[in-house]
Amino acid sequence: MTMLPAATEKKLGLLIDLDTCVGCHACVTACKGWNDQGYGAPLSDQDPYGANPSGTFLNRVHSYQVQPADGAPQIINFPRSCLHCEDAPCVTVCPTGASYKRAEDGIVLVNEDACIGCGLCAWACPYGAREMDADAGVMKKCTLCVDRIYNDNLPEADREPACVRTCPTGARHFGDLGDPLSAVSKLVAERSGYDLMPEMGTKPTNKYLPPRKKDRPDQASLLAPLLDIKATGFAGWLDKVLGKI
Amino acid sequence: MHPAPSVIIFTVLSGLGFGFLAFVAAGALPVSGWPAVVVWGLGYGLAVGGLAASTFHLGNPQRALLAFSQWRTSWLSREAWTSVITLMLLAPMALSDWLGLGLPRAMGWVAAVMCVVSVIATSMIYAQIKAVPRWNHWVTPALFGAFSLTGGALLAGQVRIAAGLAVVLALVLVLAFRLGDRQFAARGATLGTATGLDRIGAPEVFELPHTGGNYLLREMIHVVGRKHARRLRQIAVIFAAVLPVMVLAVLPVHIGIVVAVALHLVGAFAARWLFFAEAEHVVGLYYGMR
Repeated sequence: MTMLPAATEKKLGLLIDLDTCVGCHACVTACKGWNDQGYGAPLSDQDPYGANPSGTFLNRVHSYQVQPADGAPQIINFPRSCLHCEDAPCVTVCPTGASYKRAEDGIVLVNEDACIGCGLCAWACPYGAREMDADAGVMKKCTLCVDRIYNDNLPEADREPACVRTCPTGARHFGDLGDPLSAVSKLVAERSGYDLMPEMGTKPTNKYLPPRKKDRPDQASLLAPLLDIKATGFAGWLDKVLGKI
Repeated sequence: MHPAPSVIIFTVLSGLGFGFLAFVAAGALPVSGWPAVVVWGLGYGLAVGGLAASTFHLGNPQRALLAFSQWRTSWLSREAWTSVITLMLLAPMALSDWLGLGLPRAMGWVAAVMCVVSVIATSMIYAQIKAVPRWNHWVTPALFGAFSLTGGALLAGQVRIAAGLAVVLALVLVLAFRLGDRQFAARGATLGTATGLDRIGAPEVFELPHTGGNYLLREMIHVVGRKHARRLRQIAVIFAAVLPVMVLAVLPVHIGIVVAVALHLVGAFAARWLFFAEAEHVVGLYYGMR
């Protein structure tokens, strides 16, 4: 059903730390790899080794340059995927009921057997989180690895989204953003985690942690204390005399 | 937004068809016998043909019937329902005109109102989308309604009503262009709010996430025909609203209608192409293409 649940028991989502993301695209690759073989139609590629390659991805990493008012310019790597919004406009526009938001954990999913591939949900999403698979003709989106996080066949350490599991710098966190005592909620509170495009009124579940202020080295050389040599004894007397002449 | 031919044909033809059917149902054309079959057939042909064209852009059209299920929240589903209900409400009136059953014209009036409701439902598919600020405005239903009724009046040969509606259409078109150009900035979405990096400074794109194309770029970030936008806007207003009324006033009725509707359709297709081609989706911000 495309009616949004009034409230969800949990708000499972991702917390992305823009301070630690190094832009390695490992999460993109891990996501593509996992979703080639699990939930729903595999993410297809068109002309992958040809002149004009194109493919379906559920996670993309942008890179931006920012010039702060004070300080040196910064490069920010910015992973972009479904934010599992509370007021998900992609769900309500769906004419067939293929798009839905789960009442138990807040995950937004697509029932591919009911998807007619009209593309309206992708139009409704401000974040570009949905991509139509050119091969299957159905809409693909981040499932929050619903086939991993509840999967008892996997070792416990692997029961988190593939992107989070693979991130080498720990820039991606997974948890219940509706529980104020969860590790992710504490991080959001500590480091002022924020929503993307709040003016769209989508109330995203996923949050982003802003880059920290960069340290600025002092103007003087780090070796300055070592260079300040005080002469003593005869050399000190000579120093004083020569200084007076 | 990508101006897909199937969607342009769908909205233009079904709009014209429902507009024409509204006038026929309301009794604007006193037809009976076989001429009634031709007139009603033309209206049904345009409306149903347009609706059929809309299925060509579906990835899995074999499941199209499921689109009737979510009328509680989805304008696309509501549009499916209103279209089918309207076509069914029109049927008794069509039979009455053809066979001379003498059913009360009030039934036709109800069906005529439903024709307008169907067109408004179509327009709401676009007007509801906040992520495309140009569409997300009351001027979108006004534009679709004005096109439908003006085209319908022209095709029904209602010179005076068509003249009045054409003035409205021209005004709404100009208003839609003017308002539309301001909507994106008014919505307030920038690369800064899209990334939240306005907290530390002014962000710019350093590197794109992929070197090849993707669905987002083809479908929503598409930039085409901006060079000729000004000229196409003039063509839209002149052909859709100005020339048809002049032609209908000068030429004899039957030739006049054919020429006027042909000219109107040129303007309508130009305007509808611009409606998609000029619409900017906020996702383009992430790619630095807004």
